[in-house]
Formats: sequence, C-alpha cells, structure tokens
Amino acid sequence: MNYKLILSIARSLLLARWKQTLIAAIGVTFSITMFIALLGFMSGLNGLLDGLILNRTAHVRLFNEIKPSRLQPVMLDTAYKDNYHFIHSVKAVNSRQDIYNSASVLETIKNDNRVLGVTPKLLTQVFYNDGTVDITGVVNGIDPVMESKLFHFGDYIVSGDINGLNKITNSIILGKPLAEKLMLDIGDNVQVITINGDRFSLKIVGFYQSGLQDYDKTQGFASLATTQKLLGKPNNYYTELLVKLNDLTTAPAVAKEYAAKFSTQAEDIQTANAQYETGSFIRTLISYAVGITLLIVAGFGIYNILNMMIYEKMDSIAILKATGFAGRDVKAIFLFISLSIGFAGGLLGLLFGFGTSLIIDQVPFVTQSLPTVTTYPVDYNPVFYIIAAAFSLLTTFFAGLFPARKAAKVDPVIIIRGK
Amino acid sequence: METVLEARHINKYFISPKKVKVLSDISFIINKGEFVTVIGKSGCGKSTLLYILSTMDTDHEGSLLIDGEPMDEKKERELAHIRNERIGFIFQFHYLLNEFTVLQNVMLPGLKLGKYSEAEVKQRAMEKLAMLGIEHLADKRANKISGGEKQRVAIARALINNPAIIMGDEPTGNLDKKNRQVVFDIFTKLARDYNQTLLIVTHDESMAEISNRIIEMEDGKIIS
Ligand SMILES: Nc1ncnc2c1ncn2[C@@H]1O[C@H](COP(=O)(O)OP(=O)(O)OP(=O)(O)O)[C@@H](O)[C@H]1O
Ligand SMILES: [Mg+2]
Repeated sequence: MNYKLILSIARSLLLARWKQTLIAAIGVTFSITMFIALLGFMSGLNGLLDGLILNRTAHVRLFNEIKPSRLQPVMLDTAYKDNYHFIHSVKAVNSRQDIYNSASVLETIKNDNRVLGVTPKLLTQVFYNDGTVDITGVVNGIDPVMESKLFHFGDYIVSGDINGLNKITNSIILGKPLAEKLMLDIGDNVQVITINGDRFSLKIVGFYQSGLQDYDKTQGFASLATTQKLLGKPNNYYTELLVKLNDLTTAPAVAKEYAAKFSTQAEDIQTANAQYETGSFIRTLISYAVGITLLIVAGFGIYNILNMMIYEKMDSIAILKATGFAGRDVKAIFLFISLSIGFAGGLLGLLFGFGTSLIIDQVPFVTQSLPTVTTYPVDYNPVFYIIAAAFSLLTTFFAGLFPARKAAKVDPVIIIRGK
Repeated sequence: METVLEARHINKYFISPKKVKVLSDISFIINKGEFVTVIGKSGCGKSTLLYILSTMDTDHEGSLLIDGEPMDEKKERELAHIRNERIGFIFQFHYLLNEFTVLQNVMLPGLKLGKYSEAEVKQRAMEKLAMLGIEHLADKRANKISGGEKQRVAIARALINNPAIIMGDEPTGNLDKKNRQVVFDIFTKLARDYNQTLLIVTHDESMAEISNRIIEMEDGKIIS
C-alpha cells in the first residue's frame, strides 16, 4: 500500500473539515488532560497518605512477644508421648522482652544485601508527670540518625533539633499535643516515671508531630542510651529491630526467614498495614475509571464526526474506488484520519495534563497533621503518560475502525447511479 | 486484431423490489483502437452494462475478459488494481475530489498505480492537461472551475495511466452545446491520433455518428 499517498489524501480530507476535526481533537485533549491531572493528583495523594504510615513503618519488625512456651514439660516426657495432654492455665514465665544476642543479630542483618538498613529500638511505658496528674505514654528509645535516614523521623520534628537527643544527655523530644497538655516548652524539663517507679527529669529538645493526634498525645523520643538508663538495662538491650528492605515486596519472605533464624517474632509491613493498600488501590481504580470513561466519551465524539464525514464524502469515496482504490485503501484513509485526531489531541492532552499537574502542585495545602506538606501532592509518574498516550490512540483507533469499515464497503455503483 | 474487452453471455438481475432481468445474454468484443458507442432507450440497461464492464459491479452471470484475462475469480483488491491500471472512467456528473487541485485530481490514479515517480506522474498529468487545453487550470481547486472544464479534467484523469480502454456513461449528458463539441473533438482526436480504445454510452446522435461502431440496445438485449 502506498502510505504516502493514503496519508496525503487523509490530510486533505481532514483539512477540508478542520472545524469538526478540531472539535474531535479537543474532546481527546480534554479527556487526556483530565486523565493525567486526575491520576497525578490521586496518586500524589495516595503517596502522601501511604507515606503517613508506610514511610515510618519498618518493612520487617523483629520483636519478642510475651507468650507461653509452646513446648510444655509434659510433651518432653517420652512416657506420655502417645497420650493426649490436657494442660490448664498455662502462663508465660520469666520472659524477656529484649532481642537475644542483639549485637550479632544486628550485624547479620546489616550484612544482608536485601536490607537497606536496620535500626534498633527500645520501647518502654512511662508516666509523664504534670503536677498531680500522670499521663500514660511511651518513650521510644531510638538512634535519631538512623531513624531519620530510614523512617523519615526528622520530617516530623516540627520544632527543635533531633541532634539534641545525642548531644544533650537526658534529653527527650515530646509529641506536640503531649507537650501542650503538660504546658511545657523546648528547654523545659519533663518528669518521667518509669514502670519501676523511678523518677527522671529529662530536658525537652524538640517537638514531634506525625499527623495522628491520638498517637502524638502519648509519644516521647529519647536516645537509646537515655532509655536504657531509664530502665536500668545494659547498652545492648533493645526490644525491637526495625528493618528497611530494598524491595518492599520481599518483606513477608524475609520476615519468615528472620523469625526462624533469630527465633524471634517477625512481622512484615504487608500484614501490619493491609488496609492502607486497599485504600490506595480503590482510589487508583476510581481515577482510572473516570479517566477511561472520559476517553470513551471522546471516542464516541470521534466516531460521530467520522461517520458524518463519511456521509459527506460518499462521492469522493466512490470516485476513489472507481479510479482504482481498493476497500482497504479507503479504510486506511479513514483510520489515518481518526488516528491523527487521536495523536494530535492526545499529545496536546499530555502537555496540558502536565501543565495542570504543575498548577495543582503550586496550590497551597497546609494542614496541621502534615507538617512537611505545603502544596497539593502530585505524582508525575511517566507510566500515567504512557497509559494515556496508548489509550488515546487505542480509543481513536476503535472509534475510527467502524466508520472506516463502512467507508471501505461503500458500493461506488450505488453512489454513481444515485446522482 | 488485439482484443481489449470481451463480454460473454452476461445476464443481470435486480432482485428488489421484484426479480427482473435487466440484461440478457450480452456478448460482444471490442478491439484495440475501436471507438464504440452504446445507444438505446432510457432504462434499457446501458448504465447497468457499463458498470459490469468496468468491474465495479460483479454481481452478474456470464464472464468478462479484459486484455484476454477473465475477471470472474478476481478479488476486490485485484479488480481495483485493474480499474486503476487499465480502465479510465468518465461519468456524466463530473466527479472530481473537491479537496484537491485540478492537477492533484489528475495525478491521484497515477500515484495510486505507483509505476512512476511523483515527478514523472506530475509531468504526465501536465501533458494530459495541455493536450486537453486546460493546463492553465492546474493549480485551481477542483470545485472552482466550470462544468465543461471539470469534464475535461475527468478525461485527463481517465487518461493518466494510459488505460487499455476508456469508458464513459453519457459524458456529454450534462454539458452545453459548445462543451459537448469540445468533448467530441477530444474523443475523435484520442481515437484517431492516439489509437485509444473508447466505449461510450450516450443518448447523443451526433456522438454515435463520429464513432466506428454503434451497439444498440433494447430491453436488456443487443439488437444491432
Ligand atoms: N438498483 C436497482 N434496483 C432495481 N432496479 C434497477 C436498479 N438500477 C436500475 N434498475 C433498473 O434497471 C433498468 C436499467 O437501468 P439502467 O440505469 O441501466 O438504464 P439506462 O439504459 O442506463 O437508462 P438511462 O438512459 O436513463 O440512463 C431500469 O429499468 C432500472 O429501473
Ligand atoms: Mg444510464
């Protein structure tokens, strides 16, 4: 087939009806623009909301849960091996909450090449004392540098300085709502009573705000050393190891492996936060559904305009066929028309979509719960652009296919006779 | 004598509204260089026959041979190619593509054939336009010229691929006396000077008179 000729005929037919063509192209442009803007915005929002939880959640968390031994003495006795054991009121005894042999476990995990990083954590329950009132809360013993690097801890410090935790002995960062409740400011000292009844005075070096108000009301962060001191424990006493992996999807497998290897409990992020993925999935689904619906509507517009064009151009089709153009040539001409509408409209749509995303990106969005965010989040994922481009060509192709097939079947005799 | 076109026992029925036989047992031969006209009363089946001979209508009995080659088994695409290469068609109404210039209209079947480069096709198109005395219209839009001029453009287009035969369905039917004369002169010249084979359906007595042979039809049959 002589594509150059087909193309030039298609272009002439198209230019002769440039107003309708323009309207059809605008339809495609509009839907692609909306598609890009909507998906970029939704996905940005998804990222933000997921980030609220996922960013600061370990991919694999190792810990020791207090629970009774699965192996009871009676089971070890070979004399009762074949009997059924009834054991009542099994209790957990003498359990350790810390990770056994933590130093070597840490070293092993650090050297695993699937692991991006690992940081120990020491969690303990305390009372924050305010005159006569005791507020229950926790102190997170953390390594501030690693915690920031792996879990964006620094992003949530709204005032003060995380380095204060390491520089100043006996220092603490308090959840902002907690500090407000205690009516304390940076530089003040807070009274902390441990579960053993010991009382400590810690200097406040910063405020923390995650966006989850209820959570922030109970949180305090201190260095590992300070926390170990609160509990009177040695400097290798950690209750949790938080692992961040290179690939999040491997978390369940890694968790299983570590649980067996280090004989601790291990929880992966997928199990811990299943509901967030569902939320993201539904938001994405809605965006795609809206975008694709818009495109299909645009496709119907093209279908109509092409149908009209074919009715108008019956004579031309008849002449082309009488002078030696085959049905498939005529079909190719109208498919080219349709696809060029899709291509031009789609390309403009991608540009406008990008522009709209840039604009949304500039709109201020200030919320107390998200201290790091100042404008609406937008995702510029190239995948959206590729999908939009592919879909604009696909819908215009199908919108053009049926009219083009009709044009291909035009019987020139009927048209010529009909004059 | 070289045979350009042969019809063998062609029958044609129209099914709707009821089954009627519009052509019955049409057989004839046209040799190279012949100028043949087909005449007959309105409704006797002339146009119907011409559409069959031009390969556009394949729904008939009997067979058609062009340059000795039977058309019966040919596919739509092959027939289109045969029309493109070997048949030049001229209609009563000047069917030109209004989106294109006169020159482009003439060039289209040539470009479609793809035997010559675009430059060569253009040169040949200009020659044909010059032969018909309308080269000055080359760059005008096809819908911006007169009816007589349009018909000459259509003839130039029919000639572009040097077809084996030119067919026309009342090519002068829609023209005034002066333009009719112009078309007569062109046909005469084509037949005499260029040995062009012509098959023209007409109502026009004077057209029939200038031809070599007249086929007269009545009620779907050839009577002389
Ligand atoms: N599509 C059709 N369906 C049914 N009958 C048809 C159809 N086309 C033509 N006919 C009939 O076939 C017969 C021949 O028609 P045709 O057009 O070939 O006549 P014609 O000789 O060209 O007439 P004219 O000189 O008026 O052009 C006519 O009786 C006409 O009514
Ligand atoms: Mg007729």
